[in-house]
Amino acid sequence: MLLYMAQRIGLAVCVCLAVSLLAFLLLNASGDVAAAIAGEEATPEQLAAIRAELGLERPWLVRYAEWIGAALTGDFGNSLFFQRPVSELIFYRLPTTLTLASLAAVIMLSLAVPLGVLAALWPGSFVDRAALAIAVMGQAMPNFWFGLILLVVFSLMLGWAPASGSATLGHFVLPAIALGYYSTPPMMRLIRAGMIEALASDYVRTARAKGIGTGKVIFKHALRNAVIPVVSLLAVQFGNMLGGSVVIETVFGIQGLGYLAWESISRMDLPVVQAILLIVAVFYIALVLLSDMANAWLDPRIRIQ
Amino acid sequence: MSALDPTAPPPGEGAPKGDVLRRLRGNPTFVVGAFIFLLIFLMAIFAPLLAPYDPYSQSMSNRVVPPVWMERGSWDHVLGTDGLGRDYLSRIIYGARISLLIAIFTVITSGLIGTTLGVLSGYFGGKVDLVINFFIMTRLTLPVVMVALAVVALFGGSLTVVILVLGFLLWDRFAVVTRAATQQLRNQEYIQASRSLGFTTRQIIFRDVLPNILDRLAVIATFEMAQAILLEAALSFLGLGVQPPTPSWGLMVAEGRQFLLFDPWLIMIPGAAIVVLVMAINLAGDGLRDAMAPENRN
Repeated sequence: MLLYMAQRIGLAVCVCLAVSLLAFLLLNASGDVAAAIAGEEATPEQLAAIRAELGLERPWLVRYAEWIGAALTGDFGNSLFFQRPVSELIFYRLPTTLTLASLAAVIMLSLAVPLGVLAALWPGSFVDRAALAIAVMGQAMPNFWFGLILLVVFSLMLGWAPASGSATLGHFVLPAIALGYYSTPPMMRLIRAGMIEALASDYVRTARAKGIGTGKVIFKHALRNAVIPVVSLLAVQFGNMLGGSVVIETVFGIQGLGYLAWESISRMDLPVVQAILLIVAVFYIALVLLSDMANAWLDPRIRIQ
Repeated sequence: MSALDPTAPPPGEGAPKGDVLRRLRGNPTFVVGAFIFLLIFLMAIFAPLLAPYDPYSQSMSNRVVPPVWMERGSWDHVLGTDGLGRDYLSRIIYGARISLLIAIFTVITSGLIGTTLGVLSGYFGGKVDLVINFFIMTRLTLPVVMVALAVVALFGGSLTVVILVLGFLLWDRFAVVTRAATQQLRNQEYIQASRSLGFTTRQIIFRDVLPNILDRLAVIATFEMAQAILLEAALSFLGLGVQPPTPSWGLMVAEGRQFLLFDPWLIMIPGAAIVVLVMAINLAGDGLRDAMAPENRN
């Protein structure tokens, strides 16, 4: 187990470094950063001033080393727009996005688990068809559009939920539904397939033959074995929700990390964009690492491989 | 399918071709999806013939005319007009071109990248596999929407930039699936036979490996087309995709946003167009998958 953990952690650190290099190169080595920041009407003097301020005339490798070195201590430089430390901005915005993504994950699971299990218990039944319809819709709807429809129906027409902002938990309900629904279909399919496989397995048949009640067989034997891939997918989806929050937060005017990313991209506030890209990626890597650990702990076969 | 059965096709080879075609025709999911997709495809090709108006021509006296089924609607503008008085039906018809162009060229780009990486890593294994696997992991950690937004902001929003960005981001599934499929094929007897007959690696990959993973590639291609369409819509909606006045469905939703309260149909119609196209592609893909591997369906 220790060796397995060490390998996974080593790999995760390497991927973190690769992503940081990629995020840096993407925003620095591509195109003329100074021109992108200054806009089209900038004079050569202004461009030179921006280059000098950001230290753009030095080789990129030096700048990357400086950036990543400082980032390790939590210093991501200053925002060009706010003239404040990037880490401070992110520190204030991150909890909002984490709340949104957590709520979305809860909504996603509370839809996907019951529907997936019921659909597996009675394949071809009404529940199975309803689950399929929900999945087909969920995979075809652009989430910003679904969010706008929720906004029109539940806040503008019915007045049940606030339309924009992030002051109360109520503000998060509609955006979390929009964000969570999009991730529901893959989870539901995974649970359904896993349950069908588990229910057809020898150990479930044995458990049934021993006279164990149906409820206990489903929850203790079948669901428990179907849960391992679910943990992995959940980690991946939570990571994707953090990144995908950029669209939903913009629709609902939620002042989270995604909204900050969109504003900063529009304003060419590159230090902020770079830091957000890195932080979202690191969250993703950490989540996947944790799910690997959890699965190795749940299923000893994984760690021996 | 027993491992000892000599007539069983090797894993990854799937059912014989004629069988697949016959099953596709009898698969309602595929038939419905493919039919709707074909209709939209034809609509995009013949847009100039089908559109009743020029999608770019504005009319300040005819702004936000509602569609025909609503009060004040008229047959002059079946789907109404937008905030600049442009005919909505014509813009929807031309918008299909943008979505399909993005879908097709993104999948060609990402398919080439992903399949190359996947086949190389699956066929050679060892160090090549380690490196490519690392590429795949790194790619998976990148938040797609944010990276795409940032790149479009740096290079400017145009169809080409959007296609290239999405193409360079959406190759992961191609790589993961072809890698696994090639690993399975690598040890098949007929490939070992080709190798001992002295065929070059290139010949083996193009003649023995690729034809046998084509069916899986087709299924992923449908899935990635759907993803590309949804992502382009999101980028354009956020103002960092295809730029106005181009009629992109995502952009039309964004433009309709200011009329959210009184004329929500302005966002409903282009959004519904996206849903119909993406759903058709997904249905066709699901049908394709079931027809390729009927034993996996449950």
